[in-house]
Amino acid sequence: MKGYRRYFLNKALWFLVTLVCAFILNFFLPRLMPGDPVAAIVARMAQGMSNATGVQAIYQQYTELFGTNKPLLQQFFIYVNNVLHGNFGFSFSFYPRTVASVIKSSIWWTICLQFPAIIVGWLIGNTLGALAAYRKKGFDKVLMPVSIFVSNFPAFGMAVILMVVFGVGLKWFPTSGGYGFDLIPNLSWKFIWSVIVHYQLPFWSIVLIAIGMQAIGMRSMAIYELNADYVKYSRFMGIKDRKIIRYVFRNAMLPQVTGLALSIGTMVGGALVAEIIFSYPGLGYTMLNAIMGGDYPLISATTLIVTLMVLTTMFLIDIIYAFIDPRIKAAQFD
Amino acid sequence: MKHMIRQVFRPGKFLFGFILFLALLLMTIVYPLIIKDAPLAIIGRGTFFPPGIYMNVFDSIGSPQYTLMLDDAAANRIGSKLGNAERLAMKEWLVADGIPGNEIDIANTEKLIEQWENNYDPAQSIAGMTYAKQLYYQRLNTSLQGILSIEGAIIAGNNPESGVLEESNSVAQTDYVNIREVPNVRVLPLGTDNFGRDVLTELVSALATSLKIGFVAGTVATLIGLTLGLLSGYIGGLIDDIIMFFTNIFTVIPTFVLLILISFSIGQEHRGAFTIAVVIGFTSWVWTTRAVRAQVISLRNRDHVNLSKLSGHSIAHIIVADILPYIASYVVMAFILQISSGILMEAGLSILGLGPKTTEVPTLGLMMNWAMIYQAPTLGKWWAYLPVVVTIALITFSMNLMNTGLDQVFNPALRD
Repeated sequence: MKGYRRYFLNKALWFLVTLVCAFILNFFLPRLMPGDPVAAIVARMAQGMSNATGVQAIYQQYTELFGTNKPLLQQFFIYVNNVLHGNFGFSFSFYPRTVASVIKSSIWWTICLQFPAIIVGWLIGNTLGALAAYRKKGFDKVLMPVSIFVSNFPAFGMAVILMVVFGVGLKWFPTSGGYGFDLIPNLSWKFIWSVIVHYQLPFWSIVLIAIGMQAIGMRSMAIYELNADYVKYSRFMGIKDRKIIRYVFRNAMLPQVTGLALSIGTMVGGALVAEIIFSYPGLGYTMLNAIMGGDYPLISATTLIVTLMVLTTMFLIDIIYAFIDPRIKAAQFD
Repeated sequence: MKHMIRQVFRPGKFLFGFILFLALLLMTIVYPLIIKDAPLAIIGRGTFFPPGIYMNVFDSIGSPQYTLMLDDAAANRIGSKLGNAERLAMKEWLVADGIPGNEIDIANTEKLIEQWENNYDPAQSIAGMTYAKQLYYQRLNTSLQGILSIEGAIIAGNNPESGVLEESNSVAQTDYVNIREVPNVRVLPLGTDNFGRDVLTELVSALATSLKIGFVAGTVATLIGLTLGLLSGYIGGLIDDIIMFFTNIFTVIPTFVLLILISFSIGQEHRGAFTIAVVIGFTSWVWTTRAVRAQVISLRNRDHVNLSKLSGHSIAHIIVADILPYIASYVVMAFILQISSGILMEAGLSILGLGPKTTEVPTLGLMMNWAMIYQAPTLGKWWAYLPVVVTIALITFSMNLMNTGLDQVFNPALRD
């Protein structure tokens, strides 16, 4: 058990160090941007005002409110303190909403879109990949080039093509938004149906690419395992083919499970593009708006959430793996 | 060496990917030699001209005229103005006006137009018809004027002295010009984009820029990754600890997030294509470092390396002569993948509005960004975005095919 404790402490320390580094990068990088976003907001608010002192007063009030008049280092400590209390400050571009409320309203859209898409893509992709490795011949000859091509397809290209074919051409599904623009979110059947219809295109654009990627990974893993010595040995022993295949695919699954965990962790960052193309009201679309509006509190917060999710997943994978596969823990201390 | 090259080119995958890549590369070299227009020159006044051959109308009037008696000319002329949709719309109006539906035969052009001319009145408003629809009928009516006449058109010019219109020429319906005798003909194989620029010329230039971006990003990433991996793996000790500290940090911070933050902090004004490429390179060296380090660690205690050490060779010599040849195949494969992911990352950044600044050179991502901002997909202007998507897909596809092909050569377990 001593080995485990040392391993976990080591991992936890790394988790903290990386988190601090990521946090610092998250705070300082967007603020290094040339130009004054507060001035841009004030210019928008003060449109048509001719009184220079009035504009000056508004500017003063906003810099006070957003805290941009203090030195950067002091701002950083105030920010750290606020974040620890769950307060990310005001959003510049969505003012008077706070960053926390903007993110709270968008993150569920992203999770509900990506989580099922990743699971479905992973299941279909792995089944196809395993079949390709086992059947070979014609199935493999057709499936492999297709999946290589599909998985190399840029995510936005897939999204655009689905949108043109099914949204603009066949008019089966709407091309943008998370629900009908004439509806207010509520629990009526009409609203739910509208959400389901709007869901389809972003969902499938993510699933298709995931299928291609998983199929390639699973195929090469399965081929590798099928050629392993234990398979030949089992054949000589006269063990039934079906049973061997069960072993083979269980072994080939292990890296694929890591892949699944990783893509769940990175999901918020993974398909920003699909959200942007379909104007889906999730985190990616919020990030786009934040970038367009020079809204660095919002950018910091969105990237921080993405980073935090990835870090946590990696940490959990490390911990769980140490139990599943003791060799990994041992390898750390060579 | 000769044997290795032959082996690399034997699997079909590598060869196919290589040929595809070479074809794209050749296009970026040959095309600008033939067509020397500036890629960002705005030639069209208006957005999204469809692909086709554009012939100057003014010049075609002055060109030698030939008379061809073609039977289907009149039918084609009417057909281009009066499609099935227009016929149905006309019937709809006439029915709304009070003519019984069974008296209207939309297949009989002559009778339909006669009925239309007798009954249509632009001033008359039909109950429940939107203003837009009314305008549509007015436009349709104008375009139908004189559609059945067999008269030619008269070309008149202003007399500069008296200011009176004078007939200078007339064009009969059977007159043709030879397109090779019209001095100004412009072929726009992919039409124009939202700014009125020739899409094909722009696309080729964008492809060249994107390949350069990918190449620079790949080179930067591979060089950093290789150097750090070699140092960390071969020298070990404190240097190894420091390098692995940074590598571990950058492994878990998502690359794309880092890329967004850095590009954002550079600011729109300072983002050139080269800067973006270097930034992409600086954010994607991590996996190369890890893999190179792992391989170097397993190599550094091999007998031939120890022999080299005993012979008193310098570290540089050992690395170049005894270690690099063993990891070269891996590094080349990683380099190819870095190029293709660099191209994809540039495109992703540009779609977010964080790509290179827009005034100097087009890139594939920027073209995609422009097409999306001007809503080319919803307007059905396929020539503005589809060629870009296909080009990006072809590049990454060819790179990955080459990579898989090399993998099969150097990684015998994967061979079927």
